[in-house]
Amino acid sequence: MVCLTHSLNHGSPNSHMDFLLTVSVAIRALGRNKMRAGLTVLGVVIGIAAVTTMVSIGSSAGQLVQNELQSFGTNFLFVSGKSERRNGVRQQSTPSLTESDAEAVSAELDSVLAVSPLVGTSKPVVRGNNNCQPNEMFGVGEQYLLIRAWKLQAGSFFSERDIQSGNRVCVIGHTIVRELFQTANPLGETIRVGNIPFTVVGILEKKGAGLTGQDQDNVLLLPFTTVKKRLHGSNFDDVHAIFVAAKSPGEVQTATREIELLLRDRHGIAPGAAADFEVHSSDEISKFMGTVTGIMTALLASIAGISLLVGGVGIMNIMLVSVTERTREIGIRMAVGARGRDILVQFLIESVVLSCFGGAIGMTLGVSASMGITAIINELSPGSDWPVIVSIPAAIVAMIFAAVVGMIFGLYPAWRASRLDPIDALRYE
Amino acid sequence: MSLIELNKVCKTYDLGEVKVHALLETTLNIDKGEYVALLGPSGSGKSTLMNTLGCLDRPTSGSYLLDGAEVGSMSRNARAGIRNQHLGFVFQNFNLLNRTSALDNVELPLLYGSGMSRRDRRQRAREMLELVGLGERLDHHPGQLSGGQQQRVAIARSLVNAPSILMADEPTGNLDSKTSREVIDIFKRLNEENGITIIIVTHDLGVAKHARRILVLRDGLIQTDTQSFDEAFQSLHAMETD
Repeated sequence: MVCLTHSLNHGSPNSHMDFLLTVSVAIRALGRNKMRAGLTVLGVVIGIAAVTTMVSIGSSAGQLVQNELQSFGTNFLFVSGKSERRNGVRQQSTPSLTESDAEAVSAELDSVLAVSPLVGTSKPVVRGNNNCQPNEMFGVGEQYLLIRAWKLQAGSFFSERDIQSGNRVCVIGHTIVRELFQTANPLGETIRVGNIPFTVVGILEKKGAGLTGQDQDNVLLLPFTTVKKRLHGSNFDDVHAIFVAAKSPGEVQTATREIELLLRDRHGIAPGAAADFEVHSSDEISKFMGTVTGIMTALLASIAGISLLVGGVGIMNIMLVSVTERTREIGIRMAVGARGRDILVQFLIESVVLSCFGGAIGMTLGVSASMGITAIINELSPGSDWPVIVSIPAAIVAMIFAAVVGMIFGLYPAWRASRLDPIDALRYE
Repeated sequence: MSLIELNKVCKTYDLGEVKVHALLETTLNIDKGEYVALLGPSGSGKSTLMNTLGCLDRPTSGSYLLDGAEVGSMSRNARAGIRNQHLGFVFQNFNLLNRTSALDNVELPLLYGSGMSRRDRRQRAREMLELVGLGERLDHHPGQLSGGQQQRVAIARSLVNAPSILMADEPTGNLDSKTSREVIDIFKRLNEENGITIIIVTHDLGVAKHARRILVLRDGLIQTDTQSFDEAFQSLHAMETD
């Protein structure tokens, strides 16, 4: 015979359900109504999927921008003439920089590794019956490739002599090779730039499409002296910009400051007065772009977050229905000894389990969606190379957020359940 | 000291404009091991008395000592603990959890505060179901059981925490006469063999007959408190002819 009675003792019984047990009770309760549980979590699934996707795509975009900037060189700076505004309209840069400014930066500053003046131009490029219009047509110095962290695929770059004598030589990118030479070897061949014959001495390494999908290989580089003298017919030594490489990424700041001081001195600008030039660093650009993509990501994530909120309201709705529907169950549990807290915890855990379940599904969906979307972008715009970034922190934060949503929106229904009067609850039909 | 000591217990329901006095200064002692039936017409206060004794409700005034502890001043949680550890309930409509197996139903009280391992809980619940003759139907859901079997599951549940008092509210109200007898036999056995105190609310005289003490209630007062079935019968009969 089993023991049926034990003596009454009023030592307070330790009456709390242990946590795992409560979770299993909650899962069993949810399992009894799979269809409803599924529909309830749909809101959270969509919310979490949206947040995960948005943040992942945002980080991909950010990474893409950073990669782009990296390919520009991490220790890269450039000095440009300051654009003036007249009546709010941006005017042409004033020709304030000169070749000798570039020479001075190169000669006098220790933090500087390489310097190249830059003169932009735009002329049709012709070979026989073929012609093309390069995106970038720059007159540069012999250290330009070093600054841009770019290499030659074949041939050689201009020598110092080419630059001093303004020789008619050029280095071309892949697109120009394709358009003017097809399969022929361009090295040593002649092309006409603005009707002046130039000899191709080098071919640049392929770079692919840029951030906005522009072709970075549609480039023609010439000695800047040649551009000035032969293409522009100018005898002044003004240049459009000066490209600089600092000795290391850590010295970009120092170089920026030193260049500013040196050029202000050379241009005779009084301390405190506005300079007639600007120094930009890759650092600064990268920070700026980082902020921009960060804001974009936050914006997308917060829009997605709203859908998560809507999902939470859905959970609250169903939990309230569930509490009403299960009033008698609550009464029975209370009659056999469940305390208000046990009921509260049971419903709260049900709601959290529900939303975490939705969160897990949403996360999986979001991860696959972000992979899919980057794949589609890469497919649709050939040459672009979006990195696939699955933002693990975003996924984890989204999961935690899902649990919190479940807890917050489950709290009120659970509290209502826990405050029920056992007698009324038992009588409920 | 008696197991249950009610001293001038009143229960008043405040319905706004009117106050309903469901229990009027009820004084009552019940000793350990008694088998008590509560009789009375509807509205006589049987259920209120039962809910009060069962610690589901608190008296408006007066004192209720359960094994020497004052229930009137206990918190909700403390009363839940008392219900869990010392009381077993059997209801007219069984009050089992649907879509939950018989075993899970019987295990339910052990989920709250028993501190037992899952294996021990299952074992204990199985023993209780075997005790009421349902050892073969552990995994049946209430919907798959007859009324009598459901009530036996409810009895197994009420016994699982080894209570000292078993409270039954119209336990045979939804059962036919044959299964009623089976259920009554179980109560009798529990009282005689295991010494469990049994308090049973009923209007079925055939059920009340088995009790060793009968209380007849009328208008919130205990009209008759007797060990003789005939006396109780006459008291009830007198009410009807009033």
